Amino acid sequence: MTIIFSLFLLTLLVIIAIAIVHTRNLFVCIALMSIFSLLMAVNFFTLDAADVALTEAAVGAGVTTVIFLTALRLTARREKREGTKASLLSLCVLGITMLLLIYATIDNPTLGDPNAPVHVHVAPYYLEQTYELMGFPNVVTAVLSSFRGYDTLGEVFVVFAAAIGVLFILDARKGTGPEYRPEQAGLKHHLIPKAVGGLLVPFVMLFGLYVQFHGEYGPGGGFQAGAIFATAVILFSLLEGEQAALRAVPRSAQMALVVGGASLYGFVGVLCLLMGGTFLDYSVLMQDPVIGRQVGIVAIEAGVGMAVCGSLLSIYHAFAARHPMEGRDESV
Amino acid sequence: MSMDLSLHLPILQVIVPLLAAPLVVLLQPRNLAWAATVAVCLLAFAIALQMASRVLLGDILYYEVGGWRAPFGIALQVDAVNALLLVVVSGAASLAALGCRESLFAQIEPRRHPLFFAAWLLLLAGLSGMLVSADAFNIFVFMEISSLASYILIAGGPDRRALLAVFKYLVMGTIGATFYLIGVGLIYMMTGTLNLADMARLVPEVADQRPVLLAAGFITVGLALKAALFPMHVWLANAYMHAPHAVSVFLAACGTKVAVYVLLRIDFSLFQAGNLDHSIRFALFLMPLALLGILVCSAVAMFEGQLKRMLAFSSVAQIGYILLGASLLSEAGLTSSLLHMFNHALAKSALFLAAACLSMRFMDLRIDSLAGAARQMPVTSAVFVLGGLSLIGVPGTAGFVSKWVLITALLEQGEQGMVMVAIVLVSSLMAVAYVWRTLEVLYFKEPAGELKFAEAPPLMLVIAGSAALLNLVFGLMPAVPLALSQQAAQVLIGGAP
Repeated sequence: MTIIFSLFLLTLLVIIAIAIVHTRNLFVCIALMSIFSLLMAVNFFTLDAADVALTEAAVGAGVTTVIFLTALRLTARREKREGTKASLLSLCVLGITMLLLIYATIDNPTLGDPNAPVHVHVAPYYLEQTYELMGFPNVVTAVLSSFRGYDTLGEVFVVFAAAIGVLFILDARKGTGPEYRPEQAGLKHHLIPKAVGGLLVPFVMLFGLYVQFHGEYGPGGGFQAGAIFATAVILFSLLEGEQAALRAVPRSAQMALVVGGASLYGFVGVLCLLMGGTFLDYSVLMQDPVIGRQVGIVAIEAGVGMAVCGSLLSIYHAFAARHPMEGRDESV
Repeated sequence: MSMDLSLHLPILQVIVPLLAAPLVVLLQPRNLAWAATVAVCLLAFAIALQMASRVLLGDILYYEVGGWRAPFGIALQVDAVNALLLVVVSGAASLAALGCRESLFAQIEPRRHPLFFAAWLLLLAGLSGMLVSADAFNIFVFMEISSLASYILIAGGPDRRALLAVFKYLVMGTIGATFYLIGVGLIYMMTGTLNLADMARLVPEVADQRPVLLAAGFITVGLALKAALFPMHVWLANAYMHAPHAVSVFLAACGTKVAVYVLLRIDFSLFQAGNLDHSIRFALFLMPLALLGILVCSAVAMFEGQLKRMLAFSSVAQIGYILLGASLLSEAGLTSSLLHMFNHALAKSALFLAAACLSMRFMDLRIDSLAGAARQMPVTSAVFVLGGLSLIGVPGTAGFVSKWVLITALLEQGEQGMVMVAIVLVSSLMAVAYVWRTLEVLYFKEPAGELKFAEAPPLMLVIAGSAALLNLVFGLMPAVPLALSQQAAQVLIGGAP
């Protein structure tokens, strides 16, 4: 049954991917990409990767779509046709890559084979030791925040880099002129979005908090929570206008979240180092190593959530603040 | 405090610039962000020197992040292969930040400084993170950080064409990184581990299976793209051309070399250990492209009218030398490859620093427009001469040493080697041509009108001058980098990661 469902999903993914490449209407393209992400999230879920599914749904289908739409506001709706020469070359490269990847699948271990290398080497250690070492059951959280916490620190800084990059290029560019801030923007005069959306915002936030603090026990953690929280604020901004959202979470607060979140993660790592462990070895934080790890993980997850939420919000506002006509007359 | 910081050097190399980046964002007042960045870069440089000196004595620095032993956690390792490059990366970051002070202040508006310098530190942290890491996925994470940071820095260029250049770079860079990730994913699927040493132990058991073969291909091509190996270099010329001058100095010295390092580390330790087929494929892929790159890009540089683009094309040709040495699969070849990474960084940073100095007095860095500049800017021009001589490989300069080692390595190869020596010599003549063309304009061409301007600012001159002198110092006394490169070549050939 799962196999039939997966096949169905994957077929849909291929169809949508082709449609994305084919369409010249960028609005349609963004909508399709959102659907693609949502299907991908379902796919991850059928593969039992609930944490990844949650992230994909929140970031891929949710926030990214809104950011794409705000960017679309600044440019033309339709993509210009390029010459066929360049696309022929890329088609060849793509074709070869695809064939190679299919060729690689011939020797793949079967999906779900318990004797596959990925299931017999490091994974059993994580499965057996997590509860004993950390005192909580979600192995994914344990791997992301502790066993491979250094990677997660890196990913937080990737998000940080993305945020300062967008701010650097969009917000601080010379001669952007007065910022575009129509007080009337938003959907507050549309009854249905206002009624439904207004109801949703507090629940989305509540869910974000749940995902943040329940990550040790169920699917979730700082990344997903940060994205969900940002979604709630962006939804509020769509309903009530950008100004209202900026009054709720001003730019300085967004920056404080980004800088504070990334620094909090780093600070916890350095604290471990100062207290006699190696970098990010949370076990030294408390007398009891298990509690030390729990404290460390809660702290860094808070840092991740803050940094992700702040980054997504500042990226969204950087796009939303640009005047719609600006992108058109200065085509590069 | 009783704790011993020297145990933590490998992680400090990464986290000092990484964690300083968000703090620099907060430094709004004029000059403060720059000053903090310089201080952090110099601290990173000191850490790198400290580690290199220990590696030179035969130490291998090993670090387990989070206290988890490999392969369950992420390990860092500094040995001869990466120690020298860590010095190059942190040295280039310091030189460029310090030596392009005025140029940076002229090109980047003060209110954009905090974000710009945060990106600068992120680039340093990303490149250092890739170098010290002994974990295939962790390398990818830091590759992302360094890539994003370099896109931001290049986009800081004053010309709007910088944005288009950076977009092309972003697309190509993302393809390269994705290929690398696909390769790592395939190996993970077949071995269940991400730790390089653990992979090196497990890969030979499955070396003949299709996913591993393809992983080797994807990783090699992806990293070659990141390293701007000909013909995958199209993103590089415009990116270096339109970037702020300081960023050109930083990137030209070390940007692509870190990708070359990862390529060598992974190919030699994972795939080639005990697998002759792979070694042959590796050589057959790299050698022709390296040779073509050397010839074609040197030729393009000869006819390029823009100073910085000419230097960029020359860089692609130099990547050719580096990979040609590696494709010989011999200890001497690898030594030349690693040594040339160091020496080319010296030559190119001097040249790009000279370009930055020139840019303080010339709006446009077209070679023709620089006529007679040497009269007004004798020091800058002298820096260009020294850097150029080192790039050509004139005896007495650093560039000579690595070319000499490369030619010796090529001669070991018998008749084919002779052909390659001929190509290296021809391309060196081409380098003479393109360096001379600029020198001729600088020194002997009559300026269009009367030139009335002073030399570049003193701090820029001092730094550019020291970079140029380093080319002489390491040309006359190459013992330390040579010893480290030899040690590194032995590590790589031995197959131990």
